[in-house]
Amino acid sequence: MSTEGQLDTVQMMVNMGPQHPSTHGVFRMVLWVDGERIVDMEPHIGYLHRGAEKLCEGEIYAQIVTLFDRLDYIGNFNNELVYCMAVEKLMALEVPERAEYIRVIMCELNRVASHLLFFGTFGIDAGAMTPIMYAFRDREKVQALFEAVSGARMMHNYIRIGGVKNDVPEDFRERMDKLIAELKQGIDEGDRLLSFSEIFLARTKGIGLIDAETAISYGMSGPSLRASGVPMDVRKDEPYSVYDRFDFGIPIGEKGDSWDRYYVRVEEMRQSIRIIEQALEQMPDGPVATPVRILIRPPAGEVYVRSENPRGEIGVYLVSNGADKPYRVKVRPPSFCNLMALKHLLRDAYVADAVVILGSLDLVLGEVDR
Amino acid sequence: MELTVGSGNQEPRSMLNRSAPGIITARSEQLIAMARKNSLWPMTFGLACCAIEMMSTYMAHHDLDRFGIVTWPSPRQSDVMIVAGTVVKKMAEPIKILYEQMPEPKWVIAMGSCATNGGPYYRSYSVVMGVDHIIPVDVYVPGCPPRPEALIDGIMKLQDKIMQDAKERGRKA
Amino acid sequence: MAERHSREETPRAPVALDDRSRALELILPKILAEFQPAIGATVNLVEVTVKPQDVPSLCRLVKEDSQLSFDYLLCLCVVDYLDYLQVVYHLYSTTMKYKMVLKANVTMDEPSLPSVMPVWPGADWFEREAHDLFGVVFEGHPNMAPLILYEGFEGYPGRKSYEMPEYTEW
Repeated sequence: MSTEGQLDTVQMMVNMGPQHPSTHGVFRMVLWVDGERIVDMEPHIGYLHRGAEKLCEGEIYAQIVTLFDRLDYIGNFNNELVYCMAVEKLMALEVPERAEYIRVIMCELNRVASHLLFFGTFGIDAGAMTPIMYAFRDREKVQALFEAVSGARMMHNYIRIGGVKNDVPEDFRERMDKLIAELKQGIDEGDRLLSFSEIFLARTKGIGLIDAETAISYGMSGPSLRASGVPMDVRKDEPYSVYDRFDFGIPIGEKGDSWDRYYVRVEEMRQSIRIIEQALEQMPDGPVATPVRILIRPPAGEVYVRSENPRGEIGVYLVSNGADKPYRVKVRPPSFCNLMALKHLLRDAYVADAVVILGSLDLVLGEVDR
Repeated sequence: MELTVGSGNQEPRSMLNRSAPGIITARSEQLIAMARKNSLWPMTFGLACCAIEMMSTYMAHHDLDRFGIVTWPSPRQSDVMIVAGTVVKKMAEPIKILYEQMPEPKWVIAMGSCATNGGPYYRSYSVVMGVDHIIPVDVYVPGCPPRPEALIDGIMKLQDKIMQDAKERGRKA
Repeated sequence: MAERHSREETPRAPVALDDRSRALELILPKILAEFQPAIGATVNLVEVTVKPQDVPSLCRLVKEDSQLSFDYLLCLCVVDYLDYLQVVYHLYSTTMKYKMVLKANVTMDEPSLPSVMPVWPGADWFEREAHDLFGVVFEGHPNMAPLILYEGFEGYPGRKSYEMPEYTEW
């Protein structure tokens, strides 16, 4: 871009390589910049492609839960849930009520933990160094509860085909009440700290706009899509598990900029806590799993199941031919589709805004590359 | 030499002590190693799931700042590379380039079972079975993912290794 | 690893469509009559099988038809059935809340079919990944560079004929 009497400029290629403090994992972006404005952009993924889908064809159905744990490594329970739902649908298996309620409580707690991590890392992307400390303080409390219930802080392998692995501990209700009170306070503190701070607003308002129709055509989902004004949530459109028994809202944004994508997630945390409170009230007694053999051979057929991950809509396409190992497992990851819209989002941004926009999409590269 | 009962830390009666009392001496390698081990600066290099546990270790609950550890984004000014996550063949070359960009002395901690030997993906077509095929590793921390306490244990073992290496090098020289 | 059981031995999962899918199954044959599709059902979705060359025009039709309005591409994947490759499209309508599966079979020797990027830009990376893993060529796609495998990777790892490696040195 040069005018009469000014210097001739040339575009420079800047590589935000696989190792970068703010690319949230091994993601490589090649930017062509003119001064500070981004002119063109090319994303490169595949630096974490572990071949999980092919590995699934060599493992029995019960072993695949561990592979799904590690796909979106921040929302572990949600991944396990969608896979177990797919197998249960194929086998037409009924899951006991208590197991469904435990699954919902764990998945919603996981959603809160995942959004807390987003809150912290998005603060770091925008330049705020304190929110991540608050976020991890609350996350440690949630992870301590996960450890009490399932035995591990991450990678729980707890939701199994037919139910859950074991019942919750005896003091579960007291621990949950205490945890919910602390989480409510923690979320409010973080909200007061960051959401309406002037510097944060200047860095995120109006940055990375995307309108509803473009977002749908790219296949975006989850909070990134709801921030553009589209009321699409699998828990409301096609309720799975026992989500139709709870009364909760879905936060919708207005403009589709980075601040909307951030604030939708903060409000979602509050709605998740509402769901958890209702589930704790309604949880019945009973068995926690339908007895299922370890080596199962589901009938031949194929099924596609969707569920709501903290990042968006995750889908599992499972093809079985009657053997003890699946014929084909395909995962439709939410971050993969959200990332496709990055080029559209970065069309007129500054280089410094590229980091904020990438952070606002809340990606997990383990899911993008599988 | 006088022996007084009940007295512990006596200053040795050497010429240095008689001429310049109140000064400690040690070999320079040990002092330098003590300085290095107490301010290890790792490069922020989280690849996959272990990165989340690594971040948890840095934060307030299992604070790593009290060990002198500050994460530093640039490889040119960092001492230690904590490889946290699965090493994929496409990523092998960037890892080698980053390792070569770090100045001496440098150490590598392989965190998690994927960096140790491929982990749950050991039969995959696109995974390097352990980061020690590419770069030399000093400490292996097992687990999937290792608890923050396990990572702290690994870092403390690295600190012991740094001191031990300094002692042995001094003796050999 | 992939054993083919004969159809008589293996039980098939029962079809259990919900109300919306049943309503969709009734209106589809009339709208898609010109393509002469084979309409059936998987366990929970209506499935439509067409010839590979008809895929983009059928996709455009179902996107623009006001009764269907399938404006959202959920997933695009390829399944290797040893004699042929099957390209599977999962479609969703945000307004009418219908879901559908669209399938097209291509041969192993020359697996190619037209790209659906003009209809849904969100098919971009799905097609590149299918090309990387299975070798299916999507005609009309602007950029078929490898997406998730490194440059110079030999073979198509998604196919059943690709052997899973034992412990290898690097």
